[in-house]
Amino acid sequence: MSFERVREKLNILADAAKYDVSCSSSGSSRTNTSNGLGNSTGMGICHSYTEDGRCVSLLKILLTNHCIFDCAYCVTRKSNDIKRAAFKIQEVVDLTINFYRRNYIEGLFLSSGIFKSADYTMERLIAVAKKLRLEENFNGYIHLKSIPGASDDLMREAGLWADRLSVNIEIPTISGLKLLAPDKRHDDFIKPMLKVKNEIIQYKAEKKLIKSTPKYAPAGQSTQMIIGATGESDKDIMYSATYYYKNYNMKRVYYSGYVPVAEDARLPSLGTQVPMLRENRLYQTDWLLRFYGFSVGEILTEKQPNLDITVDPKLSWALRNYHQFPVNINTADRRTLARVPGIGMRSVSKIINARRFRKLNWEHLKKIGIALNRAKYFVICESKEWLRDDLEPELIKNLIIKNSQSKFRGNYSSQLSLFN
Amino acid sequence: MKEATILIYDGSFNGFLTSIFKAFDEQICIADIQKNKVAQRGLFSQNETVFTNVSQAKRVWNGIQKKSNTAIKNVYFAFLSEHSGIEMNLYYYIRKLFATNQKVYTDYTDETMLKITQLAKSVGREKHRMEAFVRFQKTKDDIYFANIEPDFDVLPLISKHFRSRYADQQWLIYDVKRKYGIFYDLNSVQIISLDLSEIHTNKLQRNDIFTSDEYEYQNMWNNYFKNTNIKSRINRKLHTQHVPKRYWKYLSEKKEAV
Repeated sequence: MSFERVREKLNILADAAKYDVSCSSSGSSRTNTSNGLGNSTGMGICHSYTEDGRCVSLLKILLTNHCIFDCAYCVTRKSNDIKRAAFKIQEVVDLTINFYRRNYIEGLFLSSGIFKSADYTMERLIAVAKKLRLEENFNGYIHLKSIPGASDDLMREAGLWADRLSVNIEIPTISGLKLLAPDKRHDDFIKPMLKVKNEIIQYKAEKKLIKSTPKYAPAGQSTQMIIGATGESDKDIMYSATYYYKNYNMKRVYYSGYVPVAEDARLPSLGTQVPMLRENRLYQTDWLLRFYGFSVGEILTEKQPNLDITVDPKLSWALRNYHQFPVNINTADRRTLARVPGIGMRSVSKIINARRFRKLNWEHLKKIGIALNRAKYFVICESKEWLRDDLEPELIKNLIIKNSQSKFRGNYSSQLSLFN
Repeated sequence: MKEATILIYDGSFNGFLTSIFKAFDEQICIADIQKNKVAQRGLFSQNETVFTNVSQAKRVWNGIQKKSNTAIKNVYFAFLSEHSGIEMNLYYYIRKLFATNQKVYTDYTDETMLKITQLAKSVGREKHRMEAFVRFQKTKDDIYFANIEPDFDVLPLISKHFRSRYADQQWLIYDVKRKYGIFYDLNSVQIISLDLSEIHTNKLQRNDIFTSDEYEYQNMWNNYFKNTNIKSRINRKLHTQHVPKRYWKYLSEKKEAV
């Protein structure tokens, strides 16, 4: 193959694919059968990190950036005047294999602009995955994009070769979708999602009876929402995330701060700052929902539709529910400990293990690795000193902000910088 | 009172376990356990050399493993940290483990227990990092070759990962700092010691021992790496936090930055 030409395509098609956030390569399990190439063990590996700090785990490219749709938020939309390119199937296979053999990547994340029709595009994506699996004996990770509107038969086949499938919902509200992507119908997104969900359920049931049932998308499916493009509230975003987690058994919902890529009256103008802090708070909320036993109604309500930008959502919740504190470190159950600001799930386990041997004091907690700067206002332990002189929540919040050095501080602090 | 003894072993993990066996078996009062390369005489103690005995080492391994899988993993990983004084910490750890039936290795209020857990964690992190940061370069005789310089001695830990992943290609991973490598010849992984005079980092200059395609792929990888970066989200601090500078010279995508 001509390296020159492939390199040029790679530049264009990697550049167009980078706005897809998902790069996870975890959650699948494929053993290396018959001394072939590659495996995936459930634990993903980030092989590098770009200068924006995001992980590079998969070769993330588009098959082509030709597209028949004209979604306002997308770089590859039809009306955008950019260089177009398309990979041949064999070129993608060769690139993947050669990168993989050099230990650059965990596998392939293949997406595509939609050319001709949804099914035609989906077929091409499947062909790449199939070739990798059958001809190259490749057992690494493959993430395929489900093309909105693709038929059920194709979605069934895609799952047989891929580890993960994803459809990006992109716009959290239906009205937003109408505004920005008038040619796309909400149902087109839902259809492949539903098919994949049902196939996974069926696979799991059959697997119990027949062990040799061929794997179907073992790493599940995921989706992504763009943040800050249509003026939706954090509540809108998190409620629809919860909806997808619950109704489509999503493994992950990703939140992607909108990076302005075009001048359009419907969108934030070029040069607008990417809402990275907001994105971060949304991910924190997502974690609280998935791992810390919170329900979305506790964090976001009609009265409080947006997250507090200045403090993390758990701290913000704790301040609003100050009557539930202090918590006794030496007696509280797992669920209660997980709700204390500054204590993560690993620390919870450590506390529960360690307190079997003796009652824990401040020194112990510090050594175990708890963020005492936040936790100290919410717990009591084996010590006579604690810092709860019935402080008001508002005061605690100010004390915590004052004594912490958040990397985001500049984004909301009213303190003027001396040297700028 | 018995005289305190300094046990001197060959520096291997089996040697260390044999020392533990000896300490328990002969009920020796241990002053220290030292590697023969760095052994120092004590003023009020006698020295005794331990000869590595694999079956005795195996008995200690099995004994700890019977107590807990976590504990044996912690002991092995922490040992590979090469931390000074790790032997005595582990001796204390193992003694405590055998003294009770409780899960003492989860007693994080005990300084040594916490320290061993944390050391094992750091070694585990380094292992994972090496699984990520190895960059193979293909030589003309069809061997995928990589240099690493890990903070801890993690080659024994990563061998299984690379064995099961790259089963159909010959590869060699060489630890520049400790001057030995692991080589897979399509059948099994062997430990080889060689003193490479030239360190084949991912240098900008081309080297004759690698195929010409090799540089094409490195070039494409670098291009990919640059193009997948979103400029308006730049966050160099996070970048160097994930990819610490000491590893850059071994990463082809960072070679221009070194």
